[in-house]
Amino acid sequence: MRVELRGITKRFGSFTANDQISLTVEPGQIHCLLGENGAGKSTLMNVLFGLLHPDEGEILIDGKAVSFANSGEAVRQGIGMVHQHFMLVPVFTVAENVVLGFEPTKSFDRLDRKKADEDIREASRRFGLEVDPDAVVEELPVGIQQRVEILKALNHDAQLLILDEPTAVLTPQEIDSLIEIMRSLKAAGKSILFISHKLREVRDVSDVITVIRQGRVVGTAQPSDSEAQLASLMVGRDVILTVEKQVGTPGAARLEIRDLVVRDDRGVAVVDGVTLDVLAGEILALAGVQGNGQTELVEALAGMRAVESGTIVLDGQDITNASPRHVLDAGLGHVPEDRHRDGLVLSMSVADNLVLNTPRRAPFASRGTRRRAEVRRNAVERIRDFDIRTESPESLVSSLSGGNQQKVIVARELSRPIKVLVAAQPTRGLDVGSIEYVHRQFVRQRNEGQGVLIVSSELDEVLALGDRIAVMHHGKITGVVSPTTSRETIGLLMTGVTLEEATRA
Amino acid sequence: MPKVPRWLRRAFSSAVLLTFLAIGLGLIVGTFVVIITTTPVLDAWRGLFHSWGGPGHALKTTFDYVGAAYRDMFTGAIIDPNSLWHSISTGQGWTSTLTPLSETLTYATPLTIASIGVGITFQTGLFNIGANGQAIIGGIAGVAVGSSLHLPTVFLVPLTLLAGVLGGVITGALPGLLKSFTGAHEVIVTLMFNYVANLILIFALLSTPLQQPGQGNDISRNLLPGALLSPLFGTSSGLRVNWGVFIAAGVVILAWWFLERSSLGFEFRVSGANPHAARVSGINPRKITILAFLISGGLAGLAGITEVAGTTHFIDGGFLVGSAGIGFTAITVSLLGRNRPVGIMWGALLFAALGVGGRSMQASTGIPLDLATIIQYSIVLFIATPVMVQEIFRIRTRSTTELQLASQGWNT
Repeated sequence: MRVELRGITKRFGSFTANDQISLTVEPGQIHCLLGENGAGKSTLMNVLFGLLHPDEGEILIDGKAVSFANSGEAVRQGIGMVHQHFMLVPVFTVAENVVLGFEPTKSFDRLDRKKADEDIREASRRFGLEVDPDAVVEELPVGIQQRVEILKALNHDAQLLILDEPTAVLTPQEIDSLIEIMRSLKAAGKSILFISHKLREVRDVSDVITVIRQGRVVGTAQPSDSEAQLASLMVGRDVILTVEKQVGTPGAARLEIRDLVVRDDRGVAVVDGVTLDVLAGEILALAGVQGNGQTELVEALAGMRAVESGTIVLDGQDITNASPRHVLDAGLGHVPEDRHRDGLVLSMSVADNLVLNTPRRAPFASRGTRRRAEVRRNAVERIRDFDIRTESPESLVSSLSGGNQQKVIVARELSRPIKVLVAAQPTRGLDVGSIEYVHRQFVRQRNEGQGVLIVSSELDEVLALGDRIAVMHHGKITGVVSPTTSRETIGLLMTGVTLEEATRA
Repeated sequence: MPKVPRWLRRAFSSAVLLTFLAIGLGLIVGTFVVIITTTPVLDAWRGLFHSWGGPGHALKTTFDYVGAAYRDMFTGAIIDPNSLWHSISTGQGWTSTLTPLSETLTYATPLTIASIGVGITFQTGLFNIGANGQAIIGGIAGVAVGSSLHLPTVFLVPLTLLAGVLGGVITGALPGLLKSFTGAHEVIVTLMFNYVANLILIFALLSTPLQQPGQGNDISRNLLPGALLSPLFGTSSGLRVNWGVFIAAGVVILAWWFLERSSLGFEFRVSGANPHAARVSGINPRKITILAFLISGGLAGLAGITEVAGTTHFIDGGFLVGSAGIGFTAITVSLLGRNRPVGIMWGALLFAALGVGGRSMQASTGIPLDLATIIQYSIVLFIATPVMVQEIFRIRTRSTTELQLASQGWNT
């Protein structure tokens, strides 16, 4: 089956998630969609699977234009999707899950278990998908659950399989066996659309790679292209960022991270022995492709995630495994990666959000009573100083644009007495004007002698802002370099190549 | 459809107006119930098909009965204008004139207190389904103190109330602690504690010194006269409204201050609106969960003992059981008041008025009290589905999501 997307555009309000995206998946081809989180990959796949309707553009199957009112119609046309978060009934057996919705029946509409089991054994053999049809899904490891999802799609006679970030939840061994499965599906003539931001596996398995960034196709690549080439395509360079800043005068270490080990929710050590210093009066930029442990590192710094071993010292004070309250009071400013989830209370006013983590601090409260006049005065000042575009301090923060919401967070953190600012993906999804503004604030903070740690997967941002650049790959720091280092070298470091090899290359 | 002016639409979008619309819709539902359940009205409509009477007759009969029902509900719950005029002009019969209002306030008093307790957990993103059990334990604890310590009123009333609060606090603390330290879902735990409380009540009434001496039934000793919340206009007035009204008013004011003005209340609301951001902002979710349940349980306990000290003066096996379970009604009243103290107060008054008025209507028109219950819960249903109400009245606004948040379902 040949599937073609032509000029697909999908907007959410004023935000364009997909902008004129075109791509073609040939029969028996593994086509990879490569892009950062938030680049619009999942939106595109939801359009293809009938979950969202494109505002413009069309979908062609074997040259014929089709449109799906819902995912059921997409399934009938031979499209199967394995979501990142599995859609299985945990208490059902494998067989029950696979046949769900298309149950083989005997007389009187009774479920034909034997036939279901046989169908699954048969499919397992054909595609090398080892699964016990009688096992209960919730008792299976994640990798096997994923096989059940794939079997389910195949059982609906899918000719094109969409795999949405299939490796995100898998262990390395499970990834290897998934790649095996993908190859045998390809050999059986199925097409696969594979979504990922992990360069190594993308090169391993793909026939064609389409790179998307900020909702647009920015290029097509071959698996023979180097990881560094892919990385630089992915993080892009269409906006040249310039930040005016003088040479800094770094002082003593403000934030000392030593041999830090942090595990993610699955128990994998995603921060694996990180040692870093953030000096007073410098911006340290932490670069790397998303998903290499940066998120968990920041969570550990903010007291949100347990530290397994190693220490974090903030201005002489040990904050390893301290509570978020303690970390905030010790002087860590934190701009979280997911501002809607962690940074703001959308149903509250701008003024309240500006004191979200200091509600008890003078002058915003005295003896347990909030002083609303002070909260309001603070809001008026912050709105003026940080150029936050809002109707009034009492407006709900949800009514602000993304850029102005981020300014609320930045204003809140920078107006507390902090010693180090940690900002994770601080400009993701912002317009150019807001990006520049936020960057200027970070530089100002540095010039006033604070330490600033910027975690970003945007190479341009890293190069423009950093006084030093640390590169993270697979939970480890692969190198700390100066911002004059070439993009290619940093790209190589992002793929796990050591500093010596990278500079030799 | 003519274009609705912008300012009107904006006014219509407000939560308060939606509440009034929901009440209106509830009354319309009640009207249909009267039509299909009242024989003369139904017959009048049947007449249309058998060509006797006619549509005019059917409508008139409907208006007569529905009008009488709602009029009796109003005069039975608030005030009868004729009786009021009579009292003013003659100076006679004030007791019977004021009885409806007194009854409504009497019922609303413990309901307001319990509902605010429930509302505080809702605002914190937690669910206290166990207010009834907490109120029962509060009642038992209050009776234990108020029926045994022979102290002057100035000491005994506060001590009795305090015992009630403590009973509720202890009962409420358990689910809070279990949730904080083991992750046990508070809905299950609080719900099950209601049954525990019911059994403790029976045990206390049958097997402890709380039982009325010389009684084999499940009935407690009376509170000592010094432990009672006495009627506002004196025992001889015949009006049951008591000093508990001021306790309820105090709770409304304090809870309003707490949620809207205090730092801790702010942390409660942040935790309820976005628990992730709350954690990142340094708010300890454990502390908030435990405190919310302590406060909520304490208010439920206070509601229980206020009911005893103000109205019943003793407890029996039917205390807060079945339709008298104010702790369960409190959940719906809190929803009706959008979990805000002042809104809850109006919600409790409305619920009390419908209940009291319904009884009066039943007595005078023969339409069953169930009509009042149907209206009560139709209103709650319309409140819980603001989108539907907006559809019915063709109101399109942005605030829908906000309203839905107020009536959101179980958290995870």
